[in-house]
Amino acid sequence: MCTVCGCGTSHDHDHGHDHAHGHSHGELHFGHGPAGAQVAGMSQARLIEIETDILSKNDRFAAANRQVLQARGAFAVNLVSSPGSGKTTLLCKTIEALGDQPLAVIEGDQQTANDAERIRATGAQAVQINTGKGCHLDAHMVGHAMEHLDIAPGSVLFIENVGNLVCPAGFDLGEDCKVAVLSVTEGEDKPLKYPDMFTVSKLALLNKTDLAPHCDVDLDLYEANLRRVNPGIEVLRLSARTGEGMREWIAWLRGNLGRKVPQAAE
Amino acid sequence: MHEMSLCQSIREVIEDRARADGFAAVKTVRLEIGRFSCVEKQALEFAFDAAMRGSVADGARLEIRDLPGRAMCYDCMKEVEIDERFSPCPLCGGTMLMPVAGDEMRIKNLEVI
Repeated sequence: MCTVCGCGTSHDHDHGHDHAHGHSHGELHFGHGPAGAQVAGMSQARLIEIETDILSKNDRFAAANRQVLQARGAFAVNLVSSPGSGKTTLLCKTIEALGDQPLAVIEGDQQTANDAERIRATGAQAVQINTGKGCHLDAHMVGHAMEHLDIAPGSVLFIENVGNLVCPAGFDLGEDCKVAVLSVTEGEDKPLKYPDMFTVSKLALLNKTDLAPHCDVDLDLYEANLRRVNPGIEVLRLSARTGEGMREWIAWLRGNLGRKVPQAAE
Repeated sequence: MHEMSLCQSIREVIEDRARADGFAAVKTVRLEIGRFSCVEKQALEFAFDAAMRGSVADGARLEIRDLPGRAMCYDCMKEVEIDERFSPCPLCGGTMLMPVAGDEMRIKNLEVI
């Protein structure tokens, strides 16, 4: 490594001038700047083309996570929703229904380890991430959490994101897909109010259908509004409490897991 | 709101480039933000100054270029420009539209000295 500037390639640094010009190692640009050229002795404000996604660093961590999961033929679901939609209860019931299917859970919350404890009570392995003031999980946090889990070949990895319908939409964690949980008490126009999250989700679970008769809601309107923000979204109606619709959800998970083929043996 | 963490990511990208390209100060940071990205411009501008403090981009001017939202209309099968994610198709009035562009969040370039 070059010990002068810390970059990866070794090269000579004995040229006898200071670095008033652009000095990208292995990629020297003399044609940038307002003038489009560099003239010795003349100073100019330079324009440096970046063309980089703001979240490029997160995306690199996400790609690394995805590679690990792919190598093990594991299927990862990023569960997103408002706080209180019933994600953790749904997860506990899902774990129960999956029986001896290998799985692991990453729990994201601002504070407390309550959710991971609830998951562990089912016998499943779980890691809690506390984001502190953070409003979403990022790929770097998830990568570290994965190190603490035994992700066996053919596992399902559930990532329960921080309850928030805004920010988690923008952060790729390396998952196969986002699954949005929407409870019937939240109002039919929720997908219209927070379209980003439902646009990036592959599946929406319309949860707590057992409460629908008590809240004067129109389940068809929920579905119509979901399809309005995302024509391709799949929708399943279920109640984690009564078990209605759970069979279809479990079949959906198993179907998607079955389509993942490990690219390499461990 | 994650505008603060976006600004921290912008700072990391700029500092990496400052090390690689050997510039000492950034005068202007130009971003391209798509209409459908989950970014509130005012919050981003507010967080930007705070996040750049003490970096090579301390005091830099922030310029944001809006990129339009584009979607495929499943009714008329044409690609159209729309203002909101669930706006109807301006050509046929259809409501089944799938966004195809507009969620960009890019650092376009830097003006440095």
